Amino acid sequence: MGDLMSDIEEKKYDVLIIGAGAAGMRAAIAASDEGASVCLVSKSLLGKAHTVMAEGGAAAALGNADERDNWKVHFRDTIKGGKHLNNWKMAKIHAEQAPERILELEKWGAVFDRTKDGKINQRNFGGHRYPRLAHVGDRTGLEIIRTVQDKVIHQENIDIFMECTVAKIITEKEQAVGALAYYRNNGNLVAIHAKAIVVATGGIGKAYRVTSNSWEYTGDGHSLAYLAGADLQDMEFIQFHPTGMVWPPSVKGTLVTEGVRGEGGILLNNKGERFMFNYIPEAFAAETAKDEKEANDWLNGIEGAMRPPELLTRDVVAKAIMKEVKEGRGSPHGGAFLDIANRREADYIKKKLPSMYHQFKELGDLDITEEPMEVGPTTHYMMGGISVNAETGASSLKGMYAAGEAAAGLHGANRLGGNSLSDLLVFGNISGRAAANFALKTEELSFSKGKLKEAAEQILESFSKDKTENPYHLHQELQDIMEMHAGIVREEESLNEGIEKLTELSKRVKNAKATGGRAYNPSWHLCLDMENMIITSLAVAEAARERRESRGGHTRLDYPEYDEELGMLNIIIRKGPDGINIVKSDKKIMPDDLQNFVMKEAI
Amino acid sequence: MNRKIIIQRGEKEDYFMHEFEMESGPGMVVLDAIHHIQANDAPDLAVRWNCKAGKCGSCSAEVNGEPKLMCMTRMSDYDPSEPLVIKPMKTFPVVKDLVTDVSWNYEVNKKILPYQPPETDDPRMLQEDVDRVQEFRKCIECFLCQDVCHVLRDSDMKAEYAGPRFLVRNAMLEMHPLDQGNRLETIKNENGIGLCNITKCCTEVCPENIAITDNAIIPMKERVVDEYYDPLKWIWRKITGKTN
Ligand SMILES: Cc1cc2nc3c(=O)[nH]c(=O)nc-3n(C[C@H](O)[C@H](O)[C@H](O)COP(=O)(O)OP(=O)(O)OC[C@H]3O[C@@H](n4cnc5c(N)ncnc54)[C@H](O)[C@@H]3O)c2cc1C
Ligand code: SF4
Ligand code: SF4
Ligand code: FES
Repeated sequence: MGDLMSDIEEKKYDVLIIGAGAAGMRAAIAASDEGASVCLVSKSLLGKAHTVMAEGGAAAALGNADERDNWKVHFRDTIKGGKHLNNWKMAKIHAEQAPERILELEKWGAVFDRTKDGKINQRNFGGHRYPRLAHVGDRTGLEIIRTVQDKVIHQENIDIFMECTVAKIITEKEQAVGALAYYRNNGNLVAIHAKAIVVATGGIGKAYRVTSNSWEYTGDGHSLAYLAGADLQDMEFIQFHPTGMVWPPSVKGTLVTEGVRGEGGILLNNKGERFMFNYIPEAFAAETAKDEKEANDWLNGIEGAMRPPELLTRDVVAKAIMKEVKEGRGSPHGGAFLDIANRREADYIKKKLPSMYHQFKELGDLDITEEPMEVGPTTHYMMGGISVNAETGASSLKGMYAAGEAAAGLHGANRLGGNSLSDLLVFGNISGRAAANFALKTEELSFSKGKLKEAAEQILESFSKDKTENPYHLHQELQDIMEMHAGIVREEESLNEGIEKLTELSKRVKNAKATGGRAYNPSWHLCLDMENMIITSLAVAEAARERRESRGGHTRLDYPEYDEELGMLNIIIRKGPDGINIVKSDKKIMPDDLQNFVMKEAI
Repeated sequence: MNRKIIIQRGEKEDYFMHEFEMESGPGMVVLDAIHHIQANDAPDLAVRWNCKAGKCGSCSAEVNGEPKLMCMTRMSDYDPSEPLVIKPMKTFPVVKDLVTDVSWNYEVNKKILPYQPPETDDPRMLQEDVDRVQEFRKCIECFLCQDVCHVLRDSDMKAEYAGPRFLVRNAMLEMHPLDQGNRLETIKNENGIGLCNITKCCTEVCPENIAITDNAIIPMKERVVDEYYDPLKWIWRKITGKTN
């Protein structure tokens, strides 16, 4: 393997940022502002990360559309939505800093939709007490990613490697010191030495078949961090978004933005009933409309009227749709009807929801200004991830930081729509800054040739002649297992079975075969992705088995209620000598003033 | 339904046409077909994609000679008795199979003066004043307009011409109600707006329906003309030495 080693290019930076979504790019900007040299890598081209797909908006209590809004209400909504499992310090920092981060984007050239007096407009979204989402029609993610992208390319001291995949994080003396990656266009390996690493790799949705997520969402950051020795937490909490497309099959899972409901869209079953009125949880009753009249009053802006039940949190709406379908009241293709056509004028719909109009017209042969859509739950967002410190984004492994969807804590058991985009900006900034400051006062720890060689051999292993399994087929099997055993509803026995199957599958993944050469080879890429997906899937299933209660995105048929004890703590996944160790966190206690504010019945 | 699909494969200039057959299902788009072939017949078939919903602009290619997003192009739009021919974008060098090297676009973009904010903590803009800018900001950088533009595609004048995508970007910045920069000189010289002869092919292929020629390029051409060929302005520049 002498050749192998001399072929590896070596690079050195203060900070390595893995992932160029809004979290990674915001971190890169912050780190370079602090004076660090930065390397930013992404699997795709710049500007194509998942962030580009976000539709509905970014939540920040600017108070432009309703001046009663402020950070405290946003904080309260986030904690209530997260079913009190959130890291309250993160929720506080997020609510406090989100407005600043959004206003800063405007200075960098973002052009959000406007209010009548020329400020940033804000729209309603599920679980948010007041209209809070800064948005641009239904393409908010594009606006945000393009804005940070334009900023990042003009920063000092940032090298950007597009289409470069990190396959291993390297540690020395229990500290992250760099990574081994490969350039997709030619397959060459590159070792990146860094004094600090920020993991901003996004989610894990590709472990499921029906998902709104792209090929990139294979849990790389989760798995690389776990293997390097960092703790993961809340892995059982996956958000199934209530409204994905259900027909035709080729687009099953593609997202239908919550903005449709935010703009007044309603959910109906096949009897034409607005069924969400039957699913209002007690904790939200005081802030939800009692009947259609009140809901319509709210839409027409009549003071005192409460929000329609379609805007309850996602976990509640997803489960309601599932129940309607199960009890025979579903739409022809196994979903519910989502109607905006009868609620708003065609021109308004096209202006506020242009990409939804386009998406259904082109892919579903349906005009949403005339007919209701058919929608059903789709795997959407990973609340769980790398455990981080609220003030710095530092993980439990020295030198490693995390931000964005790859990090855990802010959203607890269920994320509110719009809270991710603001999360990326707030904690991207915080982690980038902290990583830079750590790096600038840290001596360099370079990694040994031995470690590098071992990592390189592992990366290239799937090319060896004795491999036989088709990685695409392994991927399909994995998706079947996860849908069946760790999907929207879970049970002990089925989880046990799922874990067994995953363990079996993980052995076969070692035998996954890359076909062809190293240049731009998706089969090789998938072999590496499979290893990451298996690890994250096992973490999900193990954590789901351990949490014997139902809360937010995690529903156990055998434990349908809240468990008070479990509701105070997080499940931690830690690498042990023979696989996953499960640890329970300490109990988390919020200061009384905040606790009392959250528990107020209605505000 | 059984369909024949012919894909251009290979690295760099060294390519060949590879024929596949597959079953097509309801609602299938061309990208689904590619994925099906990847999973079953050609595991190393290279293709770019991300969102599969027309939002990221990754999956650009030429389907039966037309520049398209593969994820938004339905199989049922094409005659099933004829083979479907899929090739990479012609204007950019091939990396492998359907993947092209589009890095030139990123270099052009980097040289455009970014947004220059005004000195205020309370920037206000009215919706009607930003509608046009928002139209331009819809661009998903699929580079299909760059692919189809003859100045780049046939004449390969990448050193002289930025292409429609980046004239849209310039127009977006120039029409931004709060922007303090001036890009007319670079639009004229480095970005070569004069090379566009308004064939409108770019507008026709834009998946975001941006009126590239009418709303971006023509108004920018007019501004450049006003700036550089208006005799009064010319004299003013002579006397003051200012460009603005
Ligand atoms: C359809 C859709 C709509 C949404 N709408 C909203 C919304 O309206 N509001 C909201 O708040 N949230 C929304 N979300 C959620 C939100 O968009 C995402 O959670 C968020 O964009 C994630 O950002 P990120 O920066 O963490 O990661 P991403 O933007 O996903 O970026 C991850 C980056 O990591 C890179 N990467 C991953 N693995 C590797 C590796 N091994 N090596 C190198 N690079 C790697 C990727 O290439 C990519 O650049 C939506 C999500 C979807 C799918
Ligand atoms: S109108 Fe101009 S930019 Fe568009 S294709 Fe024709 S020459 Fe190119
Ligand atoms: S202007 Fe239209 S065709 Fe050109 S890159 Fe942007 S979205 Fe694509
Ligand atoms: S995959 Fe995103 S536009 Fe086609």
